[in-house]
Amino acid sequence: MTVTEERGAAAAGEKAEIGRARRRKEDQRLITGRTRWTDNLVLPGMLHLAMVRSPFAHARIASIDTDAARSAPNVVGVFTAADLAELQGVLINAWPITPDQKAPTHTPIATERATFAGEVVAVVAARSAAAARDAAELVDVDYEELPAALDLKEAAADTVLAHPDLGTNKSAYWVFDSAQAGTGGDVEEAIAAARADGIVIEREYRQQRLIPAFMEPRSVLCDPTGEQLTLWTSTQVPHIVRFALAATTGMPESKIRVVAPDVGGGFGGKLQTTPEEWITVAVARHLGRPAKYTETRSESLVAGHHGRDQWQTLTLAATKDGRVTGLKVELLADLGSHVSLVGGGVPVLGAFMFNAIYKFPAYHFAVQTVLTNKTWTDAYRGAGRPEATFAIERLMDELATELGVDPLEVRERNWITHEEFPFTSVCGLEYDSGNYEAATAKAREMFGYDELRAEQARRREAGDPVQLGIGVSTFTEMCGLAPSRVLGSLDYGAGGWEHASVRMLPTGTVEVVVGVSPHGQGHETAFSQIVADRLGVPFEAVEILHGDTQVSPRGLDTYGSRSLVVGGEAVVKAADKVVEKARVVAAHLLEASADDLEFRDGRFTVRGTDQGMALTEVASAVFAAHDMPEGVEPSLDSDATYDPENFSFPHGTHLCAMEVDTETGAVKMRKYVACDDVGNIINPLIVEGQVHGGLVQGIAQALWEEAVHDDAGTLVSGSFVDYLLPTAADTISFDVDHTTSPATSNSLGTKGVGEAGTIASTPAVVNAVVDAVRHLGVNDVRMPCTPERVWRAIQDARAAQEPTEPAAMPHFDADEPGRSSTEGAGA
Amino acid sequence: MIPAPFDYLAPTTVEEALAALAEHGDDAKVVAGGQSLLPVLRMRLNTPEVVVDLGRIDSLRGIREEGDHLVVGAMTTHHEVRTSDLVRTHAAVLAHATDQLADSQIRHRGTLGGALAHADPAGDQGACVLSLGAELEVTGPGGARTVPADQFFLGLFETALGDDEILTAVRIPKHTGWGGHYEKFVRVVHQWPIVAVAASVRLEGGTIAEARVGLTNMGPTYLRARGVEEALVGATPTLDGVREAAERATEGTDPPSDLNGDADYRRHLAGVLTARAVVAAAGG
Ligand SMILES: Cc1cc2nc3c(=O)[nH]c(=O)nc-3n(C[C@H](O)[C@H](O)[C@H](O)COP(=O)(O)OP(=O)(O)OC[C@H]3O[C@@H](n4cnc5c(N)ncnc54)[C@H](O)[C@@H]3O)c2cc1C
Repeated sequence: MTVTEERGAAAAGEKAEIGRARRRKEDQRLITGRTRWTDNLVLPGMLHLAMVRSPFAHARIASIDTDAARSAPNVVGVFTAADLAELQGVLINAWPITPDQKAPTHTPIATERATFAGEVVAVVAARSAAAARDAAELVDVDYEELPAALDLKEAAADTVLAHPDLGTNKSAYWVFDSAQAGTGGDVEEAIAAARADGIVIEREYRQQRLIPAFMEPRSVLCDPTGEQLTLWTSTQVPHIVRFALAATTGMPESKIRVVAPDVGGGFGGKLQTTPEEWITVAVARHLGRPAKYTETRSESLVAGHHGRDQWQTLTLAATKDGRVTGLKVELLADLGSHVSLVGGGVPVLGAFMFNAIYKFPAYHFAVQTVLTNKTWTDAYRGAGRPEATFAIERLMDELATELGVDPLEVRERNWITHEEFPFTSVCGLEYDSGNYEAATAKAREMFGYDELRAEQARRREAGDPVQLGIGVSTFTEMCGLAPSRVLGSLDYGAGGWEHASVRMLPTGTVEVVVGVSPHGQGHETAFSQIVADRLGVPFEAVEILHGDTQVSPRGLDTYGSRSLVVGGEAVVKAADKVVEKARVVAAHLLEASADDLEFRDGRFTVRGTDQGMALTEVASAVFAAHDMPEGVEPSLDSDATYDPENFSFPHGTHLCAMEVDTETGAVKMRKYVACDDVGNIINPLIVEGQVHGGLVQGIAQALWEEAVHDDAGTLVSGSFVDYLLPTAADTISFDVDHTTSPATSNSLGTKGVGEAGTIASTPAVVNAVVDAVRHLGVNDVRMPCTPERVWRAIQDARAAQEPTEPAAMPHFDADEPGRSSTEGAGA
Repeated sequence: MIPAPFDYLAPTTVEEALAALAEHGDDAKVVAGGQSLLPVLRMRLNTPEVVVDLGRIDSLRGIREEGDHLVVGAMTTHHEVRTSDLVRTHAAVLAHATDQLADSQIRHRGTLGGALAHADPAGDQGACVLSLGAELEVTGPGGARTVPADQFFLGLFETALGDDEILTAVRIPKHTGWGGHYEKFVRVVHQWPIVAVAASVRLEGGTIAEARVGLTNMGPTYLRARGVEEALVGATPTLDGVREAAERATEGTDPPSDLNGDADYRRHLAGVLTARAVVAAAGG
């Protein structure tokens, strides 16, 4: 089946909207900020909240004295957990990955203990934000500090307990084994065989803790007055927030309206039900007045959920000619202080992707999730899959080194060839389509691979202080989070379907209601293009409505690159139903048989005649309803709920050239090529934007971003001075192109693109950095690859290569150019 | 975040400003461009009761020549400094450092006087004025006094300024015909330097006749690398030619250890960057 045949007939010809690089219709209001950001909203009588947060990672709350704060000017109330006990509810974990998962009760305001530095212990409501902040400083909390579980490995050994009552920090142990699942062989056998006669690569990699630093800090406004409670919140998931509020506060779901107005970015960081939302609701209900809370950037960094944070222990077995025979993955994953909405599930989402594009015959995956006294972790762009892709793409480079072959060649020996699709992976997933050879060939050509390799050789030869490295990442990922069936089999607490409605208005415009909830992706533009094609109406005539549970009552929101591949397909199906309903009415009005009508470019015509009428005319006629066919209801409006059969599997080949200044350790990107296969493209401009932004976010993990805590558990990288977020000035112009093998799992042939860049780029960059200095003896640099880490890796490798030197000797040669210190390493 | 409440005064003359400081003592804080002070207030690391804004005092603005000195008013913005032909001609290293300071918005607000009074050891301009042998004009209730830069910067965020004084101008000896280069080492462009080196050199017949070298973030305050300066005299301005002299950049340093690098690594950087800065200043 080819996608073009399946597309609406109206799409044919030059008028086709799908494929056009339309500028995003939502951008003017988003970029100027003259729009409905939650913090822009003001209600009569609205109060402002300020949070009092624990400065300690782990402490018993002995007492809280709120008297001074209560009597401060313009303060309306000060509340602790005890004050709001009846109202505050709890925060849920929607994905208990094992039946015996241990999860401490998660109240929005800490009750007896503060469990990370930044947890809310009290809240102030005042008539202005400034008064609330001033009074918050007056809340006097008496803490008794407790030992904190901070280091992930130590926490996994239960040396200090994050939650003493649980008796352990180990939350859940989740395993996938291909031999047990019947999808592949036994990994231990493969490793044993390789140890005897083959190659075994064993590595430990660190996925540092990251912070999803969205542009718009989180903001929430609750109006409890009137019949229904309305909550405006800067979230990716209004429907999930509504469901969870009803489930945990006792309010009937029908009494709750959640609105995600314009939302300024999320990257997974707003895929959450937050303490701040629950607290705002509780205070507003308690006082019977609207209440707003907008976090500061400092609060956002410390209290919005964090991402990644894993130790990965990896064993790869291969034959001497470089065919991988087995992969064993053992993870420790830091949950932080609570198991948040999908916290424990993030590593599980990665479990199916360590085997990536390769035909591995045996695979074993195990993750231990661990509670610590740090900010809780959850989804961050890619969620599980960047970790997996990093591990395997780093390992494939290590294997290539071991074999002494080009990293692309080792991949080719192991990847699924395009004739082999559909291909069932060692995890049991069916990859529907792809062409790794084509993407790689194109990327290689764009990159000028051979020339750059030649330059690299020249620089090595000349001992140039600036060395060149080339990094490869041939990634794939599973996205378009859906199949409800699969999510159910993984014990996820919800389905993965998506909903859309198409409403024909009598004056010729079209309203489309979607359940996915954009926060910067450009849904309004892309969905308008789809509907314009399906219905043959102008792009401008389509209005996309979203993000309000009253307008869009059914939906599962936006994450996991699902909006287009799941939500877009629901739009297609709803639009097609409109056409079918209209066909019956048009046939009646044209006095023809429905079968004789052809629908093209928005018009029904009677085959072989010049008689016809436009869909919009049918819509007006239906509105008047003066002349309807017998038994047909006067409405063309249609709904569709779509639940895909499978994930979508975008893939691509990314090539990165990095220059490494061996004298300082500084790294500089020289060239980056991304050739992605995201299936058919609705809007190339939006796709390019997603790829560029995604690349930068992945590169940032490789080079810049890291959430660092001190020994007391305080977030040291608590502002953008220390949490290094790149800007456009830190990146280069990427060379982005595509190959296309349409997805067979949806009628548009699209695959998700929201996370691809982030998933692919991190290992490409680190592989390039390592490649630049591998000849000096370096085989790893921990992320982020700071100049200091790179420089030390070089020094350590040099020291290791001169085994005759006594240990007390300088760790580098004092005579060497540019070296001045004679002190030992790591001082 | 929201700062604690404070009163705001906006005098239009230095005398009025000084009177306000005299009245409120250490409850008052002067604000220039606000680019360092406002973050401090917003994070409530400091809670002055009165903020005295120098922004309306016209006499504190501008760049002029006074004999063999360049006089830069304390309230002259970074943008004005870097786009000034006078600064480029007579204090090239300061212009080059200011080019690399923060971003355009901040450079339009932040001032040279504010940056020097703030005395952040990672600030980009201190090492420039120190190495050029500048003097700071400080005005207090008793009138103006002149403090040499090496007696002005006392330590971490610490200067010779009294609570009742303001910095009114910076007097920089003209280094006309000298090459200047500021070698700033950062991980992302909008960052304060991990280490930076301010170098000015005068060549004679193809070798270095005189050099001025200042170090940023190599101690609690800016440092002048006199050892390097001495060793550079007579050196050929190539990386090989200056390497040995540059090694002396570590003398007397006491760099911090933080997320961007420990003290050891910073010392190593100081040597490498000094060599590069000097060669670049010499036009190499
Ligand atoms: C995001 C960001 C990035 C930055 N990056 C850099 C960088 O890379 N390099 C760098 O060097 N700087 C950087 N800065 C700081 C910037 O240079 C500031 O402008 C400068 O440090 C302070 O100047 P100001 O005029 O804003 O002073 P203010 O913030 O107004 O004042 C700073 C301090 O000096 C005192 N003060 C100010 N003027 C006087 C005076 N005339 N007399 C007495 N006391 C006075 C104030 O009381 C206050 O204590 C950055 C700032 C920001 C916000």
